[in-house]
Amino acid sequence: MTATMRPSPSACPACAAAPAAEALAASAVPRAQIALSLPTIHCSACISKIERALNADNRVTSARVNLTLKRASIDAAPDVTAEEMRRLVEGLGYEAHELDQGTLNATANDRAGRDLLMRLAVAGFASMNVMLLSVSVWSGAEDATRDMFHWISAAITLPAIAFSGVPFFRNAWAALRNRRLNMDVPIVLAIVLAIITSLWETMLSGHHAYFDAAMALTFFLLAGRYLDHRTRAIARSAAEELTALEVPRATRLVDGAEEVVNVAQLAVGDLILVRPGGRMPVDGEIVRGTSEIDRSLLTGETLPVFAGVGQAVSAGEVNLTGPLTLRATAVGAETSLHRMADLVAIAESGRSRYTSLADSAAKLYAPGVHILAGLSFMGWYLYTWDVRTALNIAAAVLIITCPCALGLAVPAVTTAASGRLFRRGMLIKHETALERLAQVDTVVFDKTGTLTTGMPQATNLETLPRPVVELALALAQGSSHPLAQSITRTARAAGIVAADLTDLTEVPGYGTKARYQNQEVRLGRASWTGAQGLSETATFLKVGEGAPVAITFADALRPGAAEAVQGLMDQGKRVILMSGDTTPAVEALATRLGIPQWMAEALPADKAARVAALTAEGAHVLMVGDGLNDTAALAGAHVSISPATALDAARVASDIVLLGNDLSPIAAACMTAKSATRRIRENFRIATIYNIIAVPLAVAGLCSPLIAALAMSLSSITVSLNALRLR
Amino acid sequence: MNILTYLIPISLILGGVGLVAFVYTVRSNQYDDPEGDARRILSDDWDDHPKP
Repeated sequence: MTATMRPSPSACPACAAAPAAEALAASAVPRAQIALSLPTIHCSACISKIERALNADNRVTSARVNLTLKRASIDAAPDVTAEEMRRLVEGLGYEAHELDQGTLNATANDRAGRDLLMRLAVAGFASMNVMLLSVSVWSGAEDATRDMFHWISAAITLPAIAFSGVPFFRNAWAALRNRRLNMDVPIVLAIVLAIITSLWETMLSGHHAYFDAAMALTFFLLAGRYLDHRTRAIARSAAEELTALEVPRATRLVDGAEEVVNVAQLAVGDLILVRPGGRMPVDGEIVRGTSEIDRSLLTGETLPVFAGVGQAVSAGEVNLTGPLTLRATAVGAETSLHRMADLVAIAESGRSRYTSLADSAAKLYAPGVHILAGLSFMGWYLYTWDVRTALNIAAAVLIITCPCALGLAVPAVTTAASGRLFRRGMLIKHETALERLAQVDTVVFDKTGTLTTGMPQATNLETLPRPVVELALALAQGSSHPLAQSITRTARAAGIVAADLTDLTEVPGYGTKARYQNQEVRLGRASWTGAQGLSETATFLKVGEGAPVAITFADALRPGAAEAVQGLMDQGKRVILMSGDTTPAVEALATRLGIPQWMAEALPADKAARVAALTAEGAHVLMVGDGLNDTAALAGAHVSISPATALDAARVASDIVLLGNDLSPIAAACMTAKSATRRIRENFRIATIYNIIAVPLAVAGLCSPLIAALAMSLSSITVSLNALRLR
Repeated sequence: MNILTYLIPISLILGGVGLVAFVYTVRSNQYDDPEGDARRILSDDWDDHPKP
């Protein structure tokens, strides 16, 4: 590979690129990399059992289980499929799911995290050594010994800071280039000035050098940065694992033969087979088969829609009863699913206006510190006419006021709060999501799939005569349609035995029919059974020539939905229900949960516009939604939450992802976010108090390196401890 | 105080050895699966012969 990759002296770049691309493609083929998610493994016996079984397969080159990530990575011959490996592991009694390798690769090596950790380690090593040398200076080393200690400190500090201070230098430079001030500008100024004055003092064999302060400052601030980075890396990798669980595959029909391919390889005009229960991979037109499709993730409608030859379908819809063959009309980025991304991009531009607490603190703080340091330099220079004294004092002021505690104040609290919420099943994806969550005063819920599970529940079975229910159960139990499954579940739970039927057949898209005592019985759509459609979700049972009987359904509530709504209202928040479903269905749910304000038949743009209108009125909106029709509203809201069952696009657009099935953590999360923000503000206040005590000392020229080191460490430790008090 | 000429280099070298060891562990992916590694040490799968 390296041989062909060498740049050839050809004049045409494409000629040189083609063989190189071929070489790359050839080298990528031979090994199959497979990743499995193993959510139930927990002990060393699990590890060795799974690894032994996987390695026993002679096509597997190597298999390794990672217990921290609960994942297995397998290196195998190219003909091994993930499905085989998954079945092998499930045969051992462990739950296993395939993970999409393409999505995972992006996270596999967390370069930025490793880089920060390396810099932190170097800063830690250097600050320990310099601190030890400083202790001996403070306890009375004199003359030549003191000078030697200062020189050794300088020799350690200079390269260490040059290496580990890079993130600060880079950020400060980026801010200055855009003519802005951020927290990193005073940090860099303090570090650089401290080193310059200390070097100068050392050359003149002076008493005070601030090498230890500069080094400790870098170490503490890097620790804050690293905490911050880790919290977000954990959330990011968990969110990516959710995405990787949905492997994008489709069944393509080529000359009547089926082949399973990656969705990315589909082209316009391909024939695609979608089995019952499958999701449409592309936009297309039905060319064969009849079925019903569930469009709830796109529109919020709970009622399944009939689908027949010639009808257009969009990516993301779920096929319910019969197999369908589609001809693709739009693939990949052209599908309606992806076009929604434009709406999201427009909505998102509104959110980026939020300034985090740390940034607004920096805005107040940075100019104040610089003016103070400048003034003390001027004052002392005019008083003594000695640049050396004045510079020394200015450096002391900068070091004392340096935002060591301020740099730790936010990350320490967000790490503690995110960890706590993660244990309750919430993923905080965005760095300022917690602060924004704390400001929320209006909560907008989507209905289908968010407050409800999207699973219908039969409501009037107990009011129907028993023979009717027995017939309905007999017709329903063979079908995989959600309404039929719901009838089966409810009737079986009531202890009803199915009637005896003959010739049971399912007519995809319509319902099921059979013969019962020489009469035809049908269970299915209104038009097929000769009934009048109802406004609520319903299916109809027709016996012979008799009048059809309606079986009605209501959407089942998601666990914790009532508690979440109640909890939010108890906190004095305004709760609004917004759905694309029909008016009666939305009204029924609103009354059931006691939500005063609701809006039905809302289009995606309506939802986003309503959220924008609420924001314009000055409300801080929390949007909770799962569907494609919610993505624009999710991105436009002040802060947004989506459940793990949501479409990938919705999860990407939201700040927080709910991992479990339960909604009740939402109300508690608002409380946690409030107390976290309170702790952050408290931390700022603690840091300010330390400054108020120490700054007069520094300005008066009474500050020694010992006092600077004490103030810095004490304030950092207090701030970290205060963050740990978070409940 | 002449002892310092030995002690300071010794302490710096010892600290440096620790730093290099840490950098080595980070580079060789030893923090990828802390939980799994803690359990693997208890397994007796490869006690009699090393893992191929």
